[in-house]
Amino acid sequence: MRKTTYIQAVNEAMRDEMRRDESVFLIGEDIGHYGGLFRVTRNIMEEFGERRVIDTPISEQGFVGMAVGAAMTGLRPIVELMYMDFFLVCADQIFNQAAKMHYMTGGLLNVPMVIRGQQGGGKRYGSQHSTSVESTFAQFPGIKVVAPATPYDAKGLLVAAIRDDNPVLFLEHKMLYFTRGDMPDADEDYIVPIGKADIKREGSDLTLATFGYTLLQAQEAADELKAEQGIDIEIVDLRSITPLDMETVLGSVAKTGRLLAVHESQSNCGIGAEIVARTYEEAPYLLKAPARRLGMAPASIPVSKPLEEELLPWKTNIKAAVLEMMR
Amino acid sequence: MAEPSLKASVPSAKAVVAGSTPVLSNEQLLAMYRMMFLIRRVEESLLELAESGKIGGAMHTAIGHEGAAVGMAAALRKDDYLTCTYRGHHHSLARGMDAKRAICEVLGKEPGFAKGKGGSMHFLDPSLGLMGANGIVGAQVPHAAGMALASKIRGEDKIAITFFGDGALFQGLMHETFNMASKWKLPVIFYCENNRYSEMTPISRTSSVSDIYMFARAYGMESVQIDGNDVEVVYDTVSKAAARARAGEGPTFIEGITYRLSGHMAGDLETYRSSEEIEMQRAYEPLAQLSQKLLDRGVEEAELERIRAEVEEEVQADVEFALAAPWPEIAEAYTDVYKV
Repeated sequence: MRKTTYIQAVNEAMRDEMRRDESVFLIGEDIGHYGGLFRVTRNIMEEFGERRVIDTPISEQGFVGMAVGAAMTGLRPIVELMYMDFFLVCADQIFNQAAKMHYMTGGLLNVPMVIRGQQGGGKRYGSQHSTSVESTFAQFPGIKVVAPATPYDAKGLLVAAIRDDNPVLFLEHKMLYFTRGDMPDADEDYIVPIGKADIKREGSDLTLATFGYTLLQAQEAADELKAEQGIDIEIVDLRSITPLDMETVLGSVAKTGRLLAVHESQSNCGIGAEIVARTYEEAPYLLKAPARRLGMAPASIPVSKPLEEELLPWKTNIKAAVLEMMR
Repeated sequence: MAEPSLKASVPSAKAVVAGSTPVLSNEQLLAMYRMMFLIRRVEESLLELAESGKIGGAMHTAIGHEGAAVGMAAALRKDDYLTCTYRGHHHSLARGMDAKRAICEVLGKEPGFAKGKGGSMHFLDPSLGLMGANGIVGAQVPHAAGMALASKIRGEDKIAITFFGDGALFQGLMHETFNMASKWKLPVIFYCENNRYSEMTPISRTSSVSDIYMFARAYGMESVQIDGNDVEVVYDTVSKAAARARAGEGPTFIEGITYRLSGHMAGDLETYRSSEEIEMQRAYEPLAQLSQKLLDRGVEEAELERIRAEVEEEVQADVEFALAAPWPEIAEAYTDVYKV
């Protein structure tokens, strides 16, 4: 089996879909001639030309709005936001326009658009280039949200997102870009369905539900806790935040009796709080110990490395939370 | 305070298109008169319904703006894309939206084109190229540019037009869109219905530039200022802009000077202008201008009266239909969140 980086997987998904479907095009800042700030769209303009790979000025409201308009005619734009933090610059076009369009038009229009780009901490970019946005997006019906952790899931979910008839937010993470993983042959057409979680590690003591880069941190934490304390953690990779696959989460909690939800967006009112709340609403009898969530502490992300590590829900913080729950 | 009459002079002689020679036949103008009167009567009826408490939320009428909508509709193809502001009843009706269903939509009734979910601020009918009025000032403008971009990507000759008011000019995304549309020579027409007020505030209090069409020139765009109340001038200007767009020559910005005779929305206290100002504008409003034009060109007043009586009857029947129409099924509250 071949291995690729996460970046290559995302690049392949876009390229394959552009070959398969004339209605797919790319739009964003520095994505064409330069190949993207993080080189995710590298060499795509060479193959498809300026007609389908559009370099824009630094005008997020304008080009996201134009992508919404193009999608309303049935084209399938893939919009790159250079940093996910910039969604706030064009929030009206995403939430008031794309997400509400199908509903407020009584189903007459839909917006088959993908917004993709990287988020998250770990590279000392500071407060305006490190925010994780999935919990904010989860507040808005009408837009789907996915955050794959592996190259395989990234390619399969991006293909699914491009073929979806609704707006989809596709969240990459800057710490995942150079990770490598197993991939099927380049010409194999596969999708990973949106809204389906995946058990990435089997275990019996505690269910750890997460997605994106914190999945890798959770895997390391689980390995160490097994070796150091004999704690056997099951990891549910949610992969999609909207819709949320609670069935798989509750299936796992039925086995372990404990639940910890981990994500890099804010703990307060975050998606972890939602997962915990739904567990209490739908199946409180499964729990042997109080369910918990661990997200970003209530601060913006600082540049200084030790401060950033203190706040992020990474390995050290995950291990501490698990140990408290197992006490 | 806004100027009491249409501008007599503007900075560039090239800018003003007014008092044109006839370009349309009397027959065409009579059809336009009929449509303008229909729009007027539908909107006046809606205001009455709002006053009687039958319409909730915000409803913005375009009484006095009919010239822009009817002139545009005659100049464009049925498959050209259109987006507009929440003051958008007139564009939709002019493009052929059924008035019965339009009134139902405003009332939130089941036969409305969006099943009563969109209401007054979200008029649309994609089968007529009507791609949506919008509740957020300016948000529909990049949509139209995106539709023009889609035409270009597909190699089609469909163009897009978007309507907005002078109040939208100072939203940032307008300027982002003008810049990209001009640079990429997109087949789009930007039509500004300058009614002199951004909601309740005149432009003299919001900008040091009063000639709105000048903004577009900063982006290297073709730009004209016209009498937006003369339906024939609107028709002529939009036709030329459409021909340019279809020929790949890029966007045109049209500033159509007009005046809103009704309030910003139903229930507007209108403390920002005098009744004298409104009265003065009645001589220039589109229906007054067009009926004078028709009389000057030999049409009998009796003919106009006959049209008005016909429309009156139609609109009354439409209102009765809408009042009697059913509410949507409760299950509709949960549908159309996602396309499945």
